[in-house]
Amino acid sequence: MNRVSFYLLRFSLILLITALCVGVAAAFVFFDTGFFNQFLPFYKLRPIHVTASIFWILTAAQGGVIYYLNDYYKLEHKQTLLIKASYFLWLLSIILILISFLSGKFGGREYWEFPPILAIPILLSWALFAIHFFKIILKNKGKKPVYIWMWSTGVVFFLLTYIEANLWQIPWFRENVIRDITVQWKANGAIVGSWNQLVYGTAFYLMAKIGEDENSAFNKKSFFFYFLGLTNLIFNWGHHTYNVPAATWVRDVSYVISMTEWILLINIMQNFKSKISEAKKFLNIIPYRFLLASEAWVFLNLILAILMSIPAINIYTHGTHITVAHAMGATIGINTMILFASLFFIFSKRDSNFSLINNKTITIFFWSANIALLFFWAALILAGITKGYYMVSLSQTFETAMQHVKPYLFIFSITGTILAFSLLVLSIVLLRAKIFSNNKA
Amino acid sequence: MKFFRKHFYHFFFSFLFISYISYSLIVYFIGSGKYQKTLNTQALAGQLIWQQNNCQSCHQIYGLGGYMGPDLTNIMSDKNKGELYAKIIIRSGTQKMPKIDLNEEQIDQLIAFLKQVDESGKSGVNPENINYFGNYSLAQNSYE
Ligand code: HEC
Ligand code: HEM
Repeated sequence: MNRVSFYLLRFSLILLITALCVGVAAAFVFFDTGFFNQFLPFYKLRPIHVTASIFWILTAAQGGVIYYLNDYYKLEHKQTLLIKASYFLWLLSIILILISFLSGKFGGREYWEFPPILAIPILLSWALFAIHFFKIILKNKGKKPVYIWMWSTGVVFFLLTYIEANLWQIPWFRENVIRDITVQWKANGAIVGSWNQLVYGTAFYLMAKIGEDENSAFNKKSFFFYFLGLTNLIFNWGHHTYNVPAATWVRDVSYVISMTEWILLINIMQNFKSKISEAKKFLNIIPYRFLLASEAWVFLNLILAILMSIPAINIYTHGTHITVAHAMGATIGINTMILFASLFFIFSKRDSNFSLINNKTITIFFWSANIALLFFWAALILAGITKGYYMVSLSQTFETAMQHVKPYLFIFSITGTILAFSLLVLSIVLLRAKIFSNNKA
Repeated sequence: MKFFRKHFYHFFFSFLFISYISYSLIVYFIGSGKYQKTLNTQALAGQLIWQQNNCQSCHQIYGLGGYMGPDLTNIMSDKNKGELYAKIIIRSGTQKMPKIDLNEEQIDQLIAFLKQVDESGKSGVNPENINYFGNYSLAQNSYE
């Protein structure tokens, strides 16, 4: 068996737990900043939280992809030197990143605020993973299902976009403020698009397995949506920088492309009926529940994202907690839910008892996580609307706006704590599964 | 034709991939439009200090960053604030903002950076600029 994929999956859960604990602390800093500044200031908490969150997603996705690829091609689950080296570098760089944050060493850009030298082992590790991945893909000829296309795209584009996110280290890129910001957020937007390819590919794979319907992974409609996603990855990052006075067409291109997302929204609405009958059939399967939740969150986040992509609306939402709602709504509601589906799927294959024994716990905390997330998300949106209203419409100062935002941040912190606790319990359930012993289903 | 049909997905992927590379290059080289001013040495040093002290975890430039503190894009040209005010805050911190260990030279570099950021444009967009399509255009400061 390929132990590396299990190591990655377990390590990803540790990262998630870190992100959750630190996220809760960061939320409460808003109420007594002076107190926290003495020992764990926000400028340390935020990067630890965000980095641990992002690496939770990347690591869990990566571990899943390695496992599924072995499964799909019925390979001996052998661990090659390549993938071991990749894992080792990955682990080492993430630990170094967390240590550097704790000791107050920064130097990078938003979301990647660690000293830039650490980008090298990250890239190297990913490159080794990419070689492992393509060695398998290219050896096996024949028509490939859409999820393999999506994973391949994610693997390649993460490499490219992560390099792009580091271009600022070349003075030519950062010496022009407008170019600098535009390129940085082009890269950040596309990186998210890349890991989404890995995660959505995983959702597709799981659905094909659960529904025992391999055809859906080959049909034209699936490929249409895959290409639509890729198009958005390439062109639709401009909503991050609408208010930056770059060339006008940067904004126009992004605005036009982002409106293609209506197709996704309409498609979800059209499929609503068949979703219900599908749900009735599979709801007792735990991974399916998480997949279903992720689809509900796709729907909600898509509405928010489309609205934010309209420049006339963006001027009110930009630079407010609506951005945080957009970011966490998607990373928790969509990515985390799919990755939980994936973890439960793999772990119950390895330890057939664990999901039966824990069925009740999983059900309770599945629901509490999703309900808490709904209020958490809504509180952030209301906080953002309030700030936008006071600052853009009424031209009030930041202090005044924040006074009015505070009550929503309080709801955000409380519901965030419930959410964190629920995800923590689910993570612990997963960590306790006996995935290394051989009681295979 | 049959060959094309058989490999349609590969062709379409290649098309998008080439578009990605081309669009990236276009954005790098002409995406900043008329704005061609470059940061001077002092401001470039200030930019790194901004990153090394993670000012972006609490502050935004053009609305991008963390949300604990205010946007600093136009603090230098703010009639009620400006350079002296910013220096005082950076030097001593406030109840909410931690005091950050910087010497006078580093503070000057930070200020030089913030000044040049300010000259590049305005962070907020006036709702009056919105047009019929829900879009707007922004006046660009053009410099040699
Ligand atoms: C822990 C969060 C935090 C960090 C890190 C931080 N600030 Fe602040 N800063 C604030 C807050 C909050 C305010 C608003 C003043 C207040 O309410 O006390 C502020 C205010 C300011 C102001 C005055 C803005 C105004 O409009 O009145 C300046 C200038 C400033 N900070 C610069 C910096 C610089 C430069 C850095 C990095 C070296 C930095 N700050 C790091 C939280 C932070
Ligand atoms: C799976 C769980 C989570 C993920 C993947 C996640 C992800 C993220 C991301 C990507 C950001 C950056 C947002 C931006 O730049 O706009 C962020 C910010 C933040 N998150 Fe989370 N998050 C998670 C859970 C939580 C929880 C439970 C809390 C606790 C209440 C929390 C509190 C915060 C805070 C306070 C910020 C900073 C917002 C600011 O700058 O004002 N997060 N998170």
